[in-house]
Amino acid sequence: MATHSAQAARFEQTSFAVGDKKLGMWVFLASEVMFFTGLIGSYIILRWGASSSWPAPNEVLNVPITAANTFLLICSSVAMVKAFAAIEEGNQKGLKLWLLATIVMGASFVGVQAYEYIELVHHGFTPASGLYGSTFYAMTGFHGFHVTMGVLCMIWVLGKAMRGHYTQENHQGVEVIGLYWHFVDLVWILLFTIVYLI
Amino acid sequence: MSAEHKKPRYMLVWGGLALLTAIEVGTAFVVRSALSGFGISEDTMTMLIIVILIGLAIWKAMLVALYFMHLKWETRALKWLAAAPLLPATIMIVVVLMEYV
Repeated sequence: MATHSAQAARFEQTSFAVGDKKLGMWVFLASEVMFFTGLIGSYIILRWGASSSWPAPNEVLNVPITAANTFLLICSSVAMVKAFAAIEEGNQKGLKLWLLATIVMGASFVGVQAYEYIELVHHGFTPASGLYGSTFYAMTGFHGFHVTMGVLCMIWVLGKAMRGHYTQENHQGVEVIGLYWHFVDLVWILLFTIVYLI
Repeated sequence: MSAEHKKPRYMLVWGGLALLTAIEVGTAFVVRSALSGFGISEDTMTMLIIVILIGLAIWKAMLVALYFMHLKWETRALKWLAAAPLLPATIMIVVVLMEYV
């Protein structure tokens, strides 16, 4: 309780009452919202502004595989939040194991996406395949790039965790990469619906 | 953080997300044939499916933001910061949609 009041007192002096890295990540994520809104907005204009020749997504894309991949990304988000919950209790082993699980699932997501791209290109669907091709690869490609960067950053965080860098009191790094990772999951939830189901 | 609030039930949220994803995929493929005998026009059906799908996706996104990103337990100032880009984003999407709806 004493800690709580001490924190409350400190919170009164700062407007956001969070650590600098965490605040920085939230501001960055706010800019990311606008980035993906731009992509989604362009997609709406290009798709509904186009003539009626836009194909139904399930005629071109493999929806069942991507639905499974979506579920995999959701599972990786759960693993990430478990890693954070572990270090909040000072559980070092739990932190490392759940981080590793998150990395494996994140990398698998990118792997499945790469497989999907190869299959699509093999069937003649490329970024040059009209507006549908370019919007599809732009949206899913930028998201895949975000996932890849997240996996790389998380490998770095796991390295630091292996060296015992994070403690029950100081684990802002885990929280910040977690926020990024959940955001990437959140964006995919929307993109999957917009690109694959509608 | 955990000292100040009850630990969220992450596995429950995970179950919810899994269920909503299944419902989404089901909606995209089953609703059209299930409702085909009710005399609903093709355009109305498409609009209905899109509204349901977007609603489910926003529901899932909210679950991730509130529970996994812990927004539910953050300070009012941080909640406002997180919500801030949603206003211009919504304006942009609505303005774009007004061209076609």
